[in-house]
Amino acid sequence: MDDLYREVIIEHYKNPAYRGKLDPHDITFADNNPLCGDHIQIDLRVGDNNIVTDARFDGHGCAISQASADLLIESIIGKPLDEVKKLNKQDVLDLLGIDLGPVRLKCALLSLKVLKAGVYGLGEASDDLVE
Amino acid sequence: MESANFPLFTIILMTLNIQKIRADFPILNREVKPGVQLVYLDSTATSQKPLAVIDAMDSYYRNSNANIHRGVHTLAEEATKLYEDAREKIAKFINAPSARQIIYTRNTTESINLIAYTWARANLKAGDLVILTEMEHHSNLVPWHILQAERGIELEFIPVTDNGLLDLDVYKTLLSRSPRLVSFTHMSNVLGTINPAREMIVMAHAVGAITILDAAQSIPHLKVDVQNLGADFVAFSAHKMCGPTGIGALYGRLELLEAMPPFLGGGDMIKEVKLRSFRTNSLPYKFEAGTPAIAEAIGFGAAVDYLNSIGMDNIAEHEHEITEYALERLEEIPGLKLFGPSADKKGGVAAFTLEGIHPHDVAQILDKDGIAVRAGHHCAQPLHEKFGIPATSRASFYLYSTKNEVDMLIQGIYKVKELFA
Ligand SMILES: Cc1ncc(COP(=O)(O)O)c(C=O)c1O
Repeated sequence: MDDLYREVIIEHYKNPAYRGKLDPHDITFADNNPLCGDHIQIDLRVGDNNIVTDARFDGHGCAISQASADLLIESIIGKPLDEVKKLNKQDVLDLLGIDLGPVRLKCALLSLKVLKAGVYGLGEASDDLVE
Repeated sequence: MESANFPLFTIILMTLNIQKIRADFPILNREVKPGVQLVYLDSTATSQKPLAVIDAMDSYYRNSNANIHRGVHTLAEEATKLYEDAREKIAKFINAPSARQIIYTRNTTESINLIAYTWARANLKAGDLVILTEMEHHSNLVPWHILQAERGIELEFIPVTDNGLLDLDVYKTLLSRSPRLVSFTHMSNVLGTINPAREMIVMAHAVGAITILDAAQSIPHLKVDVQNLGADFVAFSAHKMCGPTGIGALYGRLELLEAMPPFLGGGDMIKEVKLRSFRTNSLPYKFEAGTPAIAEAIGFGAAVDYLNSIGMDNIAEHEHEITEYALERLEEIPGLKLFGPSADKKGGVAAFTLEGIHPHDVAQILDKDGIAVRAGHHCAQPLHEKFGIPATSRASFYLYSTKNEVDMLIQGIYKVKELFA
């Protein structure tokens, strides 16, 4: 019926492959979307050559925010941190395969914001990270 | 015989009226996308505007636009008269003793902040107790948080019970601690709860406290008589009662308004200015610095005229009927949880959660069918925390809402469930 709720999004929302926490981890970060209270935490393990060897996300929120987190985590495992740092808005939209209005874009990009704030070692996740 | 026929007659009259009423609101005719008619169930956030309001503002800009007061030319006089006539209408609408007691503000939020920055800063000191409730909108929380940080006032909250009512026993206990101020919402924008304002104000006055009534949700939907309620201050917004955005009002008791220091400084709020001093203007101008929202004030007056032409009692009755029906239908849906009291204790608001589905997704999928509901914490985060949920979906009703729209909402919710099944 609608692109926004493509089966893949519903599937990743209902049965996420990468939901959970990593203990121990090398990097962890969490943030909220103040508009709707969505919450995402991301834990990473980083191996030799700065490669992401494992990653998980945890939290709660709408299908868009949780599915995009699951897809994002899937996409970064095995990648060097330098590449992760370069991910942007379009990369997430490509993973989701949908176009989003300004409000839902914030839901979709929350996980990327959290991820980048974590890998850059920032104290706070800012919107500039996901432009 | 006659009295037995009467109720039937009024029901027929009312259903006829709704079609006529809907025709007054041009936007209700629009399609959200080709072939999909708008079903607007978000009036608690802001109401739609009838043509009469749009026309009043349009006509002001086309024919009478000028800055108000001081000017002696024809346009300035016309504009001033329209602006002040609107104030008179608003005063009558809530039965204020005089129009001098109606201060134009931008909205409810500014009205509450005005009291916090003037009355409260002149009267409250460290340790003074202010009573609020757990069901307040952020606009009746944050101004007091700011004052607490600045002054060290104390805040206490009347708890909300599981069925969405204020716990008046706890209120009584709190009152025994001699609060200086009690500020609370007349009607919750999430639960819909209509609080017993008169009783609560009488109780507050008995211990010498001043009261603020946040009437953002009540004045649009119920007959509110500020003298009967006995409130010291009443705050409300035009945009929730068929009027434009950018204008609201603060009603205050005369002695209080007269004793209060001014709010913003500048033109219009002064009687006289010297290089090193000023004297404040009389009421209501003392609190209205700078060129105000003139067209919006005129639109506010037109909104009051419009609501009067329908009749607040008729509006309340219609909304009650729709709400009762909506709650009944919503309750039938498996996995749907409603928040707030039963229909007899609330206004036209239905906030709910659907098991396993985030409110944002509910609202987004309903939007595909043109159904506009709101999702989130509705500027009442502490209330949602109390119920242990981050967000709700909220459908709300007004004078133009129909049972058919409720049916479409119900159908839409079943579609949402199917998609996530
Ligand atoms: C109960 C209540 N109080 C205050 C407000 C704030 O109104 P405004 O945004 O017009 O200042 C609202 C609006 O949502 C409300 O519902």
